[in-house]
Amino acid sequence: MVLPNVDVHIHQLENGLTLLVEQIPHVRSASFSISLQAGCAYEPANRRGLAGIVLDLMTRGAGPRDNRELNQALDALGVDRSETVGVMRLEFSASMLARDLPKALELYADIIRRPHLSERELEPVRNQALQDLESLADDPPGRLLVELRRCYFPEPISRDSRGDFEGVRSVTIDDVRNYWKQFLRPRDAIVSIAGNVDWPHLRDQVEELLGDWPPESIPPLNIEETPPRSRHIQEEVDQTQIGIAYPSVTMDHPEYYAARGAVGILSDGMSSRLFTNVREAYGLCYAIRATLGLFKDRGAVVCYTAGEPHNAQELLDRTLHEIRRLPEGVEEDELDRVKAGLKSALIMKLESTAARAAANSSDWYLLGRVRTLNEIQAAIDSLTPQAIVEHLRRYPPKNFTIVTLGPQPLKWSND
Amino acid sequence: MPFHHLTLPNGLQVLGETNPGALSVAVGFFVRTGARDERDNESGVSHFLEHMAFKGTERRDAIQVNRDFDRIGADNNAFTSEELTVYHASVLPEYLPQVFDILADILRPALREDDFLTEKNVIKDEIARYEVRPEWLVYDISRRRYFGEHPLGRSILGTRESIDALTREQMLDYFRRRYAASNIIVSVAGNFDWNELVALTERHCGDWNGLHVPPRQLSESPCRAGLELISRERFNQEYVMMWAPGPAANSPCRFAAAVLDSIIGDYTGSRLYWELVDPGLVESADFSYLDAEGAGAYLVSFICSPEKTASNLEIVRRVLRQVQEHGVTDEELRTARTRLASREVRSHERTHRRMLSIGDDWIYLNQYRTLDDELAAIDSVDAKAIRELLERYPLRDFMTVALGPLAKF
Repeated sequence: MVLPNVDVHIHQLENGLTLLVEQIPHVRSASFSISLQAGCAYEPANRRGLAGIVLDLMTRGAGPRDNRELNQALDALGVDRSETVGVMRLEFSASMLARDLPKALELYADIIRRPHLSERELEPVRNQALQDLESLADDPPGRLLVELRRCYFPEPISRDSRGDFEGVRSVTIDDVRNYWKQFLRPRDAIVSIAGNVDWPHLRDQVEELLGDWPPESIPPLNIEETPPRSRHIQEEVDQTQIGIAYPSVTMDHPEYYAARGAVGILSDGMSSRLFTNVREAYGLCYAIRATLGLFKDRGAVVCYTAGEPHNAQELLDRTLHEIRRLPEGVEEDELDRVKAGLKSALIMKLESTAARAAANSSDWYLLGRVRTLNEIQAAIDSLTPQAIVEHLRRYPPKNFTIVTLGPQPLKWSND
Repeated sequence: MPFHHLTLPNGLQVLGETNPGALSVAVGFFVRTGARDERDNESGVSHFLEHMAFKGTERRDAIQVNRDFDRIGADNNAFTSEELTVYHASVLPEYLPQVFDILADILRPALREDDFLTEKNVIKDEIARYEVRPEWLVYDISRRRYFGEHPLGRSILGTRESIDALTREQMLDYFRRRYAASNIIVSVAGNFDWNELVALTERHCGDWNGLHVPPRQLSESPCRAGLELISRERFNQEYVMMWAPGPAANSPCRFAAAVLDSIIGDYTGSRLYWELVDPGLVESADFSYLDAEGAGAYLVSFICSPEKTASNLEIVRRVLRQVQEHGVTDEELRTARTRLASREVRSHERTHRRMLSIGDDWIYLNQYRTLDDELAAIDSVDAKAIRELLERYPLRDFMTVALGPLAKF
């Protein structure tokens, strides 16, 4: 496979912000992601849900524009956008025609640096946040994953961005303004842009918009390491929900690609072991998947499946069986398929400016650098069954944290 | 970008748009069949058959099908709607022969009895999956209530009972009726050679049966006002869907409908956004339209706390009435056109989406449309076009279904 030449320009502002720009000349669009060192892990314990409220309020009036004017200005540019509250990061993403990028960046500089955070807008935003919590209650798969995270990870990285009813109800406008002042800072911020853009011009524009954004240090996060625990949530539902988590490695770990390969053997593609040996062979479920969840300081494999209650025990047993037997061996042929999928996805992502902006931002956050396509391809190519098995013997899949939601508790043991 | 079209002697049509600069090639087999084409005693068979295609052929068992796709790093899947079943895959350009071979092969599935019985369980779990997701459930239930006896009211998944009762012979019969070459279109976009594609199609699909498939009996969507509460105490929120007749997929009004959809229902800056989402009265609100062959419908949906349902419904009715009576503003029109044009350009950059658009345009319009055609059509939507749409398909007489804890208003 011949990889296209992709060049990512990197520019660091004095205040700690990093600008990443990937020029993709054959497209007419551009996308960006602005990722900030904040997130729900930084909320006070009695204000769960605050980060999401802050983010929402920031887009309701900024700089010279009120709520309606700001939204109209973005809409008039045809900008499609979203805001995400992560555990450790807050992110604004947007896609548009490349010619409109400079204007959109100006609006986002206002959103980040000069939001009105108006008290008048707090009640609507709070109501919206409460509705989100109500809807989560109607979403058993969503709730299962929230609970799995809560049981597996220590506080505060175990949190869900939607927070809780009490926290959302008690947020005041001062909480919002304090959080914004303290955490919406350029230190460790990443602005990642991809598309048909003009690099030197963009660098100058970002310097002008964000260069004088004063740095202030963000207090470090205090993580209390607590052991994970499993649990069952008793509920009459038509489909038993099952979540499994166990430790893996971080992205900067020398065995990262082996760990990713192992998850691929389990879950990438329809010929993966979970799909073939649990769904296809026995018809026990519709959805079954495992993913490698990554934080800067820890990684975990998270597996989700769900099946009709009368099948749930067998579904859990067979899923665990597949995970446990991974260290027994990996076939050359199945690894070749995983590698083909990873390499193909790598190249197809180049068709999406949004995917490229996100990938570069994620690399910078997790690794402190941007991997080249050639580096990733070489790492995938060099994976062998033996390397994966050796990794799995050093980091065997065990000590499972299992959360289930359904009409009957399920049986399993961690031996 | 060069476009090519060919019809094989058995009636199979092949469409190709070549883009030598693309990094991938996307292939889709569009079968003009879905829930609306099912008989009463075969409810769910279209979607079930789509699953069975992946369970093996004369040359491959299920494991080989999946392995062959994965071996070439294919991003593949399939979906079944009310009127289409589409099998599709994207690969790097050098794998076109392999991916074409697999896709063409699974379009002639073996339908083995033991696979058939195992897969029934997967389908039933998919049905259970809908039961726990009220936002999917309300769409399915309200669509069936709205369309009633109209073929678009048929359930895609079927019911546990209909799936249990279905036999392999019924599926075979459906397959023979609906999967004839003349009822299938192959759409390909991206980096490939047209002559190579023609040779592949002739080799893999040349002997498919060329049976005549009678055209569908078409009728417009019903007009059915009214309100129905479906009480489900286990849900916290109320899930509301409203239906009224709208333009069909080949209607000249469809671009006006797309613009209206953005003005009333886009996820930011629309009428429903300012009236319901911005003040925090709902979790979400949407206006869209369902466009099918010969029939279409406007669709309004919102999710909110049960106690706010009645007042929110009043707001929705007021918004719809205002648009119907006073039309839309020039600024709204400009913004909506810009948004749609921006999305169209971005969508065009993805080979996979391009393949899907080319297939859809051919199925519904019997036309090949370029990006410029689409942009010009979007740009031509003015206040007059919106007025004509609203005269032909007024925002009135919506049938409303509310699913959730409410027992009464």
